[in-house]
Amino acid sequence: MDFTIKTMAEYAAEGKSPEVLFWVGCAGSFDDRAKKITRAFCKILNKINVEFAVLGPEESCTGDPAKRAGNEFVFQMMALTNIEILNAYDVKKIVTACPHCFNTIKNEYPNLGGNYEVIHHTQFLKQLMEEGRLKIEGGSFKGKKITFHDPCYLGRGNNEYEAPRMLLEKLDAELVEMKRCRTNGLCCGAGGAQMFKEPEKGDKDINVERTEEALAETPNIIATGCPFCNTMMTDGIKHFNKNTEVEVKDIVELLAEAEDL
Amino acid sequence: MQYIDNIIFLIALVVGFGLFFRSLKEIYRNIKLGRPIDRTDRPGDRWRTMAKVAMGQSKMGKRPIAAILHLFVYVGFVIINIELLEIIIDGIFGTHRFLAGIMGDSFYGFFTATLEVLALLVIVAVVIFFIRRNFYGVKRLTMKELFGWPKQDANWILIIEFALMTAFFTMNASDWVLQQRNVLAAHGSFPVSSNLLAPLFSGLGDGTLTFLERGAWWFHFLGILFFMNYLYYSKHLHIILAFPNTWYANLEPKGKFKNLASVTAEIKLMMDPNADPYAAQPDADPNAVPEKFGANDIFDLNQVQLLNAYSCTECGRCTAVCPANITGKKLSPRKIMMDTRDRVEEVAKVINKNGKWEDDGRKLLDDHIQREEIWACTTCNACVEACPVLIDPLSIIMEMRRFLVMEQSAAPQELNLMMTNVENNAAPWQYNQADRLNWAKD
Repeated sequence: MDFTIKTMAEYAAEGKSPEVLFWVGCAGSFDDRAKKITRAFCKILNKINVEFAVLGPEESCTGDPAKRAGNEFVFQMMALTNIEILNAYDVKKIVTACPHCFNTIKNEYPNLGGNYEVIHHTQFLKQLMEEGRLKIEGGSFKGKKITFHDPCYLGRGNNEYEAPRMLLEKLDAELVEMKRCRTNGLCCGAGGAQMFKEPEKGDKDINVERTEEALAETPNIIATGCPFCNTMMTDGIKHFNKNTEVEVKDIVELLAEAEDL
Repeated sequence: MQYIDNIIFLIALVVGFGLFFRSLKEIYRNIKLGRPIDRTDRPGDRWRTMAKVAMGQSKMGKRPIAAILHLFVYVGFVIINIELLEIIIDGIFGTHRFLAGIMGDSFYGFFTATLEVLALLVIVAVVIFFIRRNFYGVKRLTMKELFGWPKQDANWILIIEFALMTAFFTMNASDWVLQQRNVLAAHGSFPVSSNLLAPLFSGLGDGTLTFLERGAWWFHFLGILFFMNYLYYSKHLHIILAFPNTWYANLEPKGKFKNLASVTAEIKLMMDPNADPYAAQPDADPNAVPEKFGANDIFDLNQVQLLNAYSCTECGRCTAVCPANITGKKLSPRKIMMDTRDRVEEVAKVINKNGKWEDDGRKLLDDHIQREEIWACTTCNACVEACPVLIDPLSIIMEMRRFLVMEQSAAPQELNLMMTNVENNAAPWQYNQADRLNWAKD
């Protein structure tokens, strides 16, 4: 990165607090593909001078995969640890590029003592755009076809279908919808801790089914808003040997590209 | 002797409704086998949801053909039951078309004509439903969990509805012919039966027609009583339970899963550096049964989940959108609901026989629902979104995962690895927590 990423600890040492805490999440921190999404998002925030911090080594898994696997103990251990840290820094607003982190902190932390304004990165960028702080010139995407895959935990889980689409529309590309979209969107196959295990026996893998559906729209780009969806769809296009023709990109990567960041 | 009809009628009425209320009471008892849950907050929202989803059928629109046909049967059912009121009054007091006197002849004509049109629409819908279900091969209506009773049940319902409507038209048509002959006083207007059926009846004598009219009237009445009592054994309970089921629906965001309070207390104790792990809980009850985590039987599910099971009409919309099912895995959210209901019924039989519950050595998990089904779920909420009466199969799947993980440590090995990593490294993968900011250095 050609600018420094500041941590909450550093802000606290200066006696200041940032506008927003960027919750990076495990995938965003460790997964090589997802790290690119993390960096793209930071570049955008940096470009438009949004003061943000990360927790860095003080961040733990939100506990989402453990909870969906049925392990409430490990989930609450993570949750209570995280809440202790977030509350110690008096965090008010959290943005995250992972719908699983978003859902868990937003919905499942309050009852354990963690009350924050939690938003998905697409919602945050939409807010910034509406405030006039973020301007998107989408010229470089002219003539391209983009289809958006709804993440379950953003869409059906929390009723957000419009923010990602609004951002994509700014790209001057043609936005095509898959047969199953919005409330009918088909899961990428990674949710509910499926990411971490082999699927049960069946006729095919879920990500293959979903990618097939995306490819039916003959897009140049499959846009995602979740690091796990991103992995699953990327594997999907590889399955169909389409990885040279079709790109799988997170919405913030596309925005960063549009801004030449 | 002239009152014998009325007396038989009254007995049938009392017995019919009596048995019906006994069934309802039994269902209520069975639902109470589940754990209590407080779902009475935000009553305004609850009434609104019920009005929209159950009365307004707002979720049916996603499949337009089924929606229109279902609407015919639904509106037909609701309005034709006003007719039941008249039948009851006529039956008890020996009157004929009692409502005509109250409504006035012109409005009564409008009323009966409306009923006839609706009855025709019901017949049309029922016939198309029958064809669709048996010959047209709609996948969700021909899946293997429907083999046997569920398929027969669905067909019986359609046949009963067809028979009831046919009786209704037979009654009206013979009545109309008799009215034309001035045998009966002229009341009502019958656009459908006077045109379609009456020509067939015109050659019949007054006696035969009177017999037909009375026969169809009795058939219609007894048929309704039979139908009511059949409900208890049928997926068709949804015509009643859709209403409470939508009222008690989950109003929180679908992604929000409940936190187990019992776990919170333990984790807090664990994290508190001043806590004495050997100290007894101050208000511990020595006779308390340790709380079970998750569910492997219906007693561990909550009452709304059991109500869900009784409300399920096995339409399969949940299964049709389930990513696991679409890709050929064993999971079918509809089967989860059907299994839950089957298990409740199994338990109910034991209670009915012994007067109280005695362990039958069987459980909902493993004896009905297989682990493979439970682990195939992606928690994507598509099934919850798809249900026209707001049933939540996912919550049952989650309770079973909790049981398998926290009571039996029986998660798939890869998930155990993931959970160990979360516990030890604070990430599902084996990375060092200290490296969480390494992405910033690249």
